[in-house]
Amino acid sequence: MDNLSKLVICAVLIALLGCDSGGADATGGPLTMRRLTADQYRNAIADAFGHAVEVSGRFEPDNRRDGLNAIGASLVAITPSGFEQYEAMARTIADQVTSVELRDDILPCSPAAADTVDDECTAQIVSQIGRILLRRPLTDEDVQARVDAAALATVERQDYFAGLRLALVSLMTAPNFLFRIEEATPAALPEQPERLQLTDLSLASKLSYFLWNRGPDETLLAAAENGELSNPQALARQVDRMLASGYLADGVRAYFEDVLRFDLFDDLDKDVANYPLFSAGMANDAKEQTLRYITEQLLDGDGDYRTLFTSREIPMTRSLGPIYGVPVRTVEGWEAAILPTTQARAGLLSHASFAMLFSHPGRSSPTLRGVFMREALLCQTIPEAPADVDFTQFVQDVAIEHKTARDRLEVHSTQASCNKCHVLTDPIGLALENLDGIGKFRRTENQSPIDTSGDFDGVGFTDAVELGQAFADNDLVSACLVQNMYRYAVGRKQTNSERPLLRYLESAFAEQGHQLPALMRNIATSEAFRTATGLDTATAKVKSRSNDNGRQETGGSNAT
Amino acid sequence: MRRIKPAGGINRRTLLRGTLQGAAVSVALPFLDIFLNTNGDAMAATGAPLPRRFGTWFFGCGMNPLRWDPMTEGADWELTPELAPVESMREHMNILSGFSVLLDGEANQVHRTGVFGALCGGAPKTTDSVEGPTLDVLVSDEIGTRTRFRSLEMAATGKAKHSNSLRDVSSVNPAEPSPLGLYTRIFGAGFADPNAAEFTPDPNVLLRKSALSIVAEDRRRLERQLGASDRARLDQYFTAVRQLERQLELQMKKPPPLEACSIPSAPVDNALDSQIDNVMTNHSLMAQTLALALACDQTRVFNMQFSDRASSLRMPGSTDTHHTLTHEEPRDPELGYQPKATVFVQKSMEAWTHFAQTLHAVPEGNGTLLDNCLVMAHSETSEANTHSVLGLPFMTAGKAGGRLRTGLHVSGVGDSASRVGLTMQQAMGLNVGQWGTDQNRTDRPISEILI
Repeated sequence: MDNLSKLVICAVLIALLGCDSGGADATGGPLTMRRLTADQYRNAIADAFGHAVEVSGRFEPDNRRDGLNAIGASLVAITPSGFEQYEAMARTIADQVTSVELRDDILPCSPAAADTVDDECTAQIVSQIGRILLRRPLTDEDVQARVDAAALATVERQDYFAGLRLALVSLMTAPNFLFRIEEATPAALPEQPERLQLTDLSLASKLSYFLWNRGPDETLLAAAENGELSNPQALARQVDRMLASGYLADGVRAYFEDVLRFDLFDDLDKDVANYPLFSAGMANDAKEQTLRYITEQLLDGDGDYRTLFTSREIPMTRSLGPIYGVPVRTVEGWEAAILPTTQARAGLLSHASFAMLFSHPGRSSPTLRGVFMREALLCQTIPEAPADVDFTQFVQDVAIEHKTARDRLEVHSTQASCNKCHVLTDPIGLALENLDGIGKFRRTENQSPIDTSGDFDGVGFTDAVELGQAFADNDLVSACLVQNMYRYAVGRKQTNSERPLLRYLESAFAEQGHQLPALMRNIATSEAFRTATGLDTATAKVKSRSNDNGRQETGGSNAT
Repeated sequence: MRRIKPAGGINRRTLLRGTLQGAAVSVALPFLDIFLNTNGDAMAATGAPLPRRFGTWFFGCGMNPLRWDPMTEGADWELTPELAPVESMREHMNILSGFSVLLDGEANQVHRTGVFGALCGGAPKTTDSVEGPTLDVLVSDEIGTRTRFRSLEMAATGKAKHSNSLRDVSSVNPAEPSPLGLYTRIFGAGFADPNAAEFTPDPNVLLRKSALSIVAEDRRRLERQLGASDRARLDQYFTAVRQLERQLELQMKKPPPLEACSIPSAPVDNALDSQIDNVMTNHSLMAQTLALALACDQTRVFNMQFSDRASSLRMPGSTDTHHTLTHEEPRDPELGYQPKATVFVQKSMEAWTHFAQTLHAVPEGNGTLLDNCLVMAHSETSEANTHSVLGLPFMTAGKAGGRLRTGLHVSGVGDSASRVGLTMQQAMGLNVGQWGTDQNRTDRPISEILI
């Protein structure tokens, strides 16, 4: 953003909210070293070798921290069995790349003969592919080490491509491919001696992974190599170009897959006797449905983030039709649908994806849903249930006559020790009880009518549609998006000195009509995004809950 | 000390055919003494002692102490209702009751404190921290570095995340979630049959090693600007690279013959989820593959998760999981326990017994594979309803190559579970005199079972 528009926005905001002019200029927190996610790995391989190459193999599980795998990526290492997988994947990819069918399409040169050494061609391939994979130009030593090793192998095996495969595998298993390691130089500001400036190449990667969930393209890499990104105007031009790219949808999807915990789809377990409509294909459609909905609403449509919680427009497939009670004409693929007003469901919170992820294998869970809404969408913290909670009350309450979840959870609201947390989670969770454990609409549970009314932080609602509206109207929802998006972009929690920046981003987000690309632009062009203080994420470590406690997968202590 | 049984001696002789040729007929039985070292441990055909192995076996959501804990100690411990399934294997097992994770003023983190307290020797302090490494990693640092796999992690529930094995909080060793995947990893490409007459090293192995050595050169340049914790993460990456290099080195030379080693057939595909019948089947398939992986000395350390922390096991068609049942099912007033939840305790004990039987079914040396193993079974709670970490259920199977007595019940009467972990390490030959943190620190192994 150029300084003039910054000033204009600030002037408006000072009038409206009392804009803190220092907020936008905050310095960034510690440098990060982030492990590539499975999708980022796949994108890198596609960028380096094209889409004909298949990536098959198992990735190490992500580690969710402070609600985001993007933060966990700054904390995870690579285990021996994880590396074994990376090496095996790299070999399978190298085999495909050097196969007779593909190599002429993929490689920038062909060797003089298939059974002899051709250092020049190897050097060209290693430099060109290596630059894409490692997101920087390779040094002469980087290239030479691989050319030499490849030549030895070629002589040994009398096969040029055996040597080349070795060189390619060494690129795909390199630590600076598998990790994105930020580098910086002292900013040389006398008043802030600790301040670091990201190198242009590190900034280019940070930008492209944030906005596109992939490495820099040729234009961005060239700009970084020419030192252009240190110039704010040139940086802003690059950011605008990237926001206009089709890859932006990949970046937005990656963000929402992370914050909505869609990695849980990989481990989704449903009882098919209880849910005959459930299948792996249907679950996959449900996940894709929500992601399409988000990019259609936020990127193709008018783009107000808050409408995500209220819209009845929804992309639909045939396998999802029965879940929503919507007739679907298209046999394969997607069609636009409108949710019927006869059913109290609208917006993200009513999506099947959300309903099935935050349920048990055999039934829905108002508590799991409530905890997720509080934590992921409102950025609030719900403490763990006390370990020694007295379940005797609860036990008596599971009697046969308690047919609906609301009846069964009554003890949560009558017992003071339960109520202090469950008052936050259960009312909003119960609002979604019309959706069963896979998101199919229902009006009764065990033949008893379901009551979905309740209160969300002082706003009464009668059903899921009104709850969605209450979410859209709640400022915390937008503030939480801003915080999560910033954390996602930088791969860690904000530091104290970045807090004013978040306040500034919140104000600007509201001012600019809750447009997601505008928020992403403000983050990408902020001072904090390209500067750093400190070398390590450990300094920014704070107490918080991870999903290491079994709760999100299995339903937690007394989640019902 | 075990004595050589004639039958065992004759069996062992058959594997010498290749090296001794016809001379076997002239060898008198005492010759077989060369197969015993001074401790009387059985030796492999090469003269090296048979490997000793360590494993953990985890089941979620514990048991009912009043129905599980034996009332009598020692060799004649009286069978209890929930331990009934282990009866056929009790001679090969120990029951260790009453050992607890002492909270040291920390909060009991539900479904975490009990497991990491036992595996790491102290109660975790925050909900996202663990003071690693876990017991299996300590042992694998000592005995796991010369085999193809440093350790093997498996989850019968079909999820890679279901693993308790970690060096620190940044590196949880992912579990192999499918029997076929486990089989392919061990007996697929890269496996060299130790008993094959011919050995042709795969020329690609040398090339793979060469690729890794280029990678290893990056280290110094990368470390330049890293803070302490990121440098530690990079160290773990390079440790992983070295482990694979070692694995490749091993593949370049002919493995020593192993009498007990045979190659199983590939398991059939089965649904991977937490439905109990599928878990039982997948657990059994994995146990079988693992047993032969151990017999073929592909790894010496393993971790099997029968079920996860806060057990997600479920019956087909049920709206509950084992975990939700432990909290929500009424205690039957007649029986005094939760009958539906307790079915999963029964299943867990059946599976554990089956696991031990599977290792026991493989003859090795003058005994069985199980004799040269030490497997520690444990859970994250005693009574799951209240998340109790007092009197956790521990069991061991196998004699650790002659270092452990079996057939006993020992009650720890409230002692720290670190005593169990210390005993495991000493039985596996680790030179460690004290283990654990704060209140959970101990220098007292369970001497009743140590030899």
